[in-house]
Amino acid sequence: MDDAKQVEAFEAKIASGQKIEPKDWMPEAYRKQLIRMMSQHAHSEIVGMLPEGNWITRAPNLRRKAILLAKVQDEAGHGLYLYSATETLGIDRTELLSQLHTGKAKYSSIFNYPTLTWADIGAIGWLVDGAAIMNQTALARGSYGPYCRAMVRICKEESFHNRQGYEIMMHLAQGTPEQKALAQDALNRWWWPSIMMLGPSDDQSPNSDQLMRWKVKMESNDAIRQRFIDRTVPQADFIGLTIPDKDMKLDEKTGSYTHGPINWDEFFDVIKGNGPCNAKRLKARVDADKEGAWVREAAAAYAAKQSKQKQVA
Amino acid sequence: MTLQEAKFEYLLRLGDSSLIIGHRLSEWCGHGPILEEDIALINIALDFVGNATSLLEYAGKVEGKGRNEDDLAFMRGEREYRNLLITEQPNGDYANTIARQFLFDAHMFFLYEELKNSKDETIAAIAVKSHKEITYHLRHTSQWMLRLGDGTAESHTRLQNAVNELWMFTSELFDMDEVDAILIKEGIVPDLTKVKAAWEKQVNEVFAEATLTVPETKFKQKGSKEGKHSEHLGFLLAEMQYVHRSFPDAKW
Repeated sequence: MDDAKQVEAFEAKIASGQKIEPKDWMPEAYRKQLIRMMSQHAHSEIVGMLPEGNWITRAPNLRRKAILLAKVQDEAGHGLYLYSATETLGIDRTELLSQLHTGKAKYSSIFNYPTLTWADIGAIGWLVDGAAIMNQTALARGSYGPYCRAMVRICKEESFHNRQGYEIMMHLAQGTPEQKALAQDALNRWWWPSIMMLGPSDDQSPNSDQLMRWKVKMESNDAIRQRFIDRTVPQADFIGLTIPDKDMKLDEKTGSYTHGPINWDEFFDVIKGNGPCNAKRLKARVDADKEGAWVREAAAAYAAKQSKQKQVA
Repeated sequence: MTLQEAKFEYLLRLGDSSLIIGHRLSEWCGHGPILEEDIALINIALDFVGNATSLLEYAGKVEGKGRNEDDLAFMRGEREYRNLLITEQPNGDYANTIARQFLFDAHMFFLYEELKNSKDETIAAIAVKSHKEITYHLRHTSQWMLRLGDGTAESHTRLQNAVNELWMFTSELFDMDEVDAILIKEGIVPDLTKVKAAWEKQVNEVFAEATLTVPETKFKQKGSKEGKHSEHLGFLLAEMQYVHRSFPDAKW
């Protein structure tokens, strides 16, 4: 049991707006929850490299190829940064990766959908990164120092990704009829998964008072989803694309858009492992880990030899 | 052959090699042996694509027929590509990729060091920028040559095999023809004899430290200067070019 006084001091610190740092005392439940969230976030970054990496070799021109390479490199960097931040909670990357490979740890449901055309690269930047930013700017105001700092940095890069995705969509929407059709098709396929990726609706996912009090969770899923929708619908209108929701309408009083029913069965199905690409994504990660084992062993053996030589000398 | 034609041809050779090896490296995206290497490989691929873009853009200007870098990258076929054969070889395992990259990086490092002094201002400027990047690439691949060569018995065997397989593509790095002769005379490009000597010295040093044996293969594969490639290039280009070619009137 945590000492009641320690908990009290810990909560007072958070309430006063101070950050919790790695060496500070923290309740075990806080540590566990953060490891779960942060590693899930890290896994999402590296699994997310797969659907986007899928189009690097086929990018339609050299400029787009360079931008996509730079973007995917950013995502890999986010993964590294987040694994390091998670390690400050007393767990190492090897263990976190093994949780991913055995299916114990999750990653964002969205990356279990396939990237079928070039337009999907636009849709991911615009919608998926757009939705992620909504969540992550809130998390940057959370209580755990290393995670907050990671979020600040990551959000800056994600904002850039978001704009490049929208720019791809804009070019397609203003391009030839075939290009516009590609853009609309990508929006049709990515819209619902994007608004689902922000998590189950509040009635299915009650926010514990504790997580809010501890500033591990900052806002409810529905609140974040609404902000994302309100920001994105006018962007779609602006480039002449149609959100695939016939019930979507603007509530003049609130200035917010109401949306049609979300197919949560699909969401939970994908989370459970039954999305179009779950098996493929996980296999790619497991294979990379297995096929890279001899490389990592060689690097470790070489480093050991070098440090031995230094000791002798 | 006119000076303009020689320059155009030479720029294609440089630009195509960078583009094709950048493509190969980008195939690793998300599948690297460790996250740090994923980041490194994507970063290096990006440098090569950037370098290729500058060279092909300039090639288009030199040619003067209104072709830009994308026309040259996406609308030329297998027989028109001028990349070195080593750059199109498949990734294989990590030892194959590292060996291919090291042999090519070392070549590029010494070549671009000379190109920095080119009397063509644009080539000199591109070389100055690229040489900074290649310095990092060569350091990276040299370190991996040591780790794999002098790591475990398995990594040593894999790397030695990779080097043995790739060796036949290395003599082509230093072949010279009429194109070189015209440009050397004008002080635009270096005589590769000098580059070859520096390359051999570097390769021998790294091989020795990595406990690798320099292969004795006498057989040499050539052909890139005439656009005679291995069968791998056709598939690579099919993948790289299909979106661009599928939408002839599109802007991206």
